[in-house]
Amino acid sequence: MEEEHNKVTLHGVLNSTFTKRVEFALKVKGIPYEFVVENLTNKSPLLLKYNPVHKKVPVLVHNAKPICESLIILEYIDEAWKNGAKLLPKDSYIRAQVRFWISYIQQQMFEAMTLVVSTDGETQEKAIKELYEKFEVLEKGMKDLFPNGTFDGKNVGFLDIIMCSVFGPYKVQEQVLGIKVIDQERNPIIFSWVTALNELPLVKEITPPHEELVAVLQTFRNFSLNLAMLDHLIAIKVCVLCSSC
Amino acid sequence: MEEGVKVVGFWPSPYSQKVIWALKQKGVAYDYIEEDLSNKSQLLMKSNPVYKKIPVLLHGGKPIAESSVILEYIEETWPQNPLLPKEAYERASARFWIQFGAEKGPTFGSLFTSTAGEEQDKAAKDALEVLKILEEQGLGNNKFFGGDSINLVDLALGWLAHWFQCIEELVEIKLIEPTTLPRLHAWVENFNQVPVIHENLPDKKRLLAHMKSIREMSISAK
Repeated sequence: MEEEHNKVTLHGVLNSTFTKRVEFALKVKGIPYEFVVENLTNKSPLLLKYNPVHKKVPVLVHNAKPICESLIILEYIDEAWKNGAKLLPKDSYIRAQVRFWISYIQQQMFEAMTLVVSTDGETQEKAIKELYEKFEVLEKGMKDLFPNGTFDGKNVGFLDIIMCSVFGPYKVQEQVLGIKVIDQERNPIIFSWVTALNELPLVKEITPPHEELVAVLQTFRNFSLNLAMLDHLIAIKVCVLCSSC
Repeated sequence: MEEGVKVVGFWPSPYSQKVIWALKQKGVAYDYIEEDLSNKSQLLMKSNPVYKKIPVLLHGGKPIAESSVILEYIEETWPQNPLLPKEAYERASARFWIQFGAEKGPTFGSLFTSTAGEEQDKAAKDALEVLKILEEQGLGNNKFFGGDSINLVDLALGWLAHWFQCIEELVEIKLIEPTTLPRLHAWVENFNQVPVIHENLPDKKRLLAHMKSIREMSISAK
């Protein structure tokens, strides 16, 4: 059926950085889509059918075929819609460097930030130190890769989308954690890049209100800390029960 | 002649081997530089300052690190003997399985460093689950993950056809067997018979000895 043929549906949740990146990409490319809000505590049969391996969002459905994993979806969007601006650079070497840094942001920095958010005390202090070190690495990397400047204020690419989705909510993180996340003096390139991205009308359109994001992050932090406390309590209880200790 | 291509690698690493397989499959000439990871070279430190790891590909002196990034670069730069499908959806599907394989590394790592008992039973069970998913949903009824011929997914998962057997031998548990995983077992045989793969594998005995010492070091460090 012709309507089904070009239909684009995004299955996601409202406050997830992963869903946001796909929305951002679809809007940058001007691709109309339907948004289906999934309930992750009660996953729909459709989600389980579209993503049987991971059972996660986001899932993009195009021509009735599902694509999973946010970074893979972004590459797909760039390749399937050939008209309009490309999300990845033309030059294959710079493209490789962009892929490298996206991987670094996703695997190193996102993980580091999650650790900072979900811990406290000494563990958190150590995690914060590591996060700052990674910011230094990223700052230098971006300076070397883009000697003439990063974001021009207009043309949004893959790396801009990832920078925005991971670091965009830094003020939310700063409020919940009570620490500086992006230091303007130590990381001027990242700071000005993220600030410029956050000013884009498209970004403002898809970003929930600050207070809402603060509440979501605070809930996640409380939950993580309680889990850690629970693990600790279980460990103590076991220790007390084991009289040979 | 191409602008010089160099590969900085380490002989027992499946990560550097996949880069070699991709270049050989495409008939791209390259110089190989064996890295001593206990005494990292200036070249490696300069080419991969972020991770200081192999493999690194140098093309005309310009370095690219991270094997998955290197493989995409090779595919784009030398399009002969394509290793990714042309169609966008199929490419996304291939990338999905490459990512899946990469993410499940720790599952196999846990099995590799496990010792007999509950820990090992759980590690084996988790590994088998991953292998089942690869067989049923990744491979399906195809000869290779790439269909009739190998592609980047086969290269990315290629460690299962050679390195995994060393793990199986060291922990004394066989998981990829014709009775439990018939299609994956057949894939291992078929993959190892592809000329480029067959001619570019580290010596099994030497690899086993190397992995044995790594395993022992990891266990004593626990």
